[in-house]
Amino acid sequence: MSDAHRAYRDELLQHGLLISMGVDGLYGRSPVFEQIVGGIDHAFSRAAGADGAETMRFPPGIGKAQLEQSGYLKSSPQLVGTVHSFMGLDRDHRAMIETLEKGGDWTAGQKTTQVALTPATCYAVYPVMAARGPLAEAGGLVDVRGYCFRHEPSIDPARLQMFRQREHVRLGTEAQALDFRALWIERAQTIIGSFGLPFEVDVANDPFFGRTGKLLATSQREDALKFELLVPITSNEAPTACASFNYHRDLFGRTWGVRTAAGEVAHTACVGFGLERITLALLKHHGFVPAKWPAKVRDALGL
Amino acid sequence: MSSVRERVRALLKTTGWLQTDIDTLADDADLYTAGLTSHATVTLMLSLEEAFDVEFPDSLLRRRTFSSVDTIVEALTSIGVDKAAV
Repeated sequence: MSDAHRAYRDELLQHGLLISMGVDGLYGRSPVFEQIVGGIDHAFSRAAGADGAETMRFPPGIGKAQLEQSGYLKSSPQLVGTVHSFMGLDRDHRAMIETLEKGGDWTAGQKTTQVALTPATCYAVYPVMAARGPLAEAGGLVDVRGYCFRHEPSIDPARLQMFRQREHVRLGTEAQALDFRALWIERAQTIIGSFGLPFEVDVANDPFFGRTGKLLATSQREDALKFELLVPITSNEAPTACASFNYHRDLFGRTWGVRTAAGEVAHTACVGFGLERITLALLKHHGFVPAKWPAKVRDALGL
Repeated sequence: MSSVRERVRALLKTTGWLQTDIDTLADDADLYTAGLTSHATVTLMLSLEEAFDVEFPDSLLRRRTFSSVDTIVEALTSIGVDKAAV
């Protein structure tokens, strides 16, 4: 498996589609790569066009306080990235430089800032929506896109440490959340099908941490809270999740105090497309030169 | 000396995990309906392990293990906790 990962990553680097930055899972992207990302984003927008989502764009960070309240530290501490900075005086600075020059651990004096890296694009949305007060009768629908960070260094180019998600987030009643998810499970298959990619949709779980994570993961599967659309990239046996469809019940509604128009705790759901993963799937299946891809696929991507 | 059932109930009463008072709930009442969240389930599981000095095997790390007082008692007794008294 890791040989296949390495081989595909090396091909992407050789073709200049990814640019090495010296860290596994952290790459620059070429203009061609970004064109494909843009095409996927465009296809997503086109499919969602009439839904009337409110667009929000956030930086790739959330507040440390919001991270703490979200519950993510309880379920997935191993993936979290927090931003640290130097907050000392002149003498601390001198000591840090000295340690740095000796090749020692210069980070010892770093302190956490108020910023954490965004673990999933929708995490910025819930506190913002909660702060507005009760939802309208029709519920809320928010369109987000942005970079996420997950600390899982890998040579698999489909497992990046920093990657983009395009998401729609639904907030409202249980029925509104479930209808939204069902709609997107169908819609995503049409979109990915139009890209000429093989896929399957299956029930899934998040990679929660430790023994408690095992409980969360089995619960998530038993209740079919998460579905993924999987596309084979470097392996047919272990296809890669390129989109996910998540129903959170009232977890985030309760965590953040999101209320429906009727004053009930809101239920939420989200659909997320992994923009780099779908790009990598397209490059794998159709080749490294998008100009030579089938006309139908190019049309679907608006290329 | 109190029964496993009483100790489980006492544990559920002293924490803020439920939105309904445990005393008003039957032994087979659904704790998730009563407000138990998935994150609270994790804390409940760890608290039970600490209180009874046990470790739930993987096969019991499921949502339904913690769905009612009855299922919790059943799970604890299945891994050797004495049902009558501890």
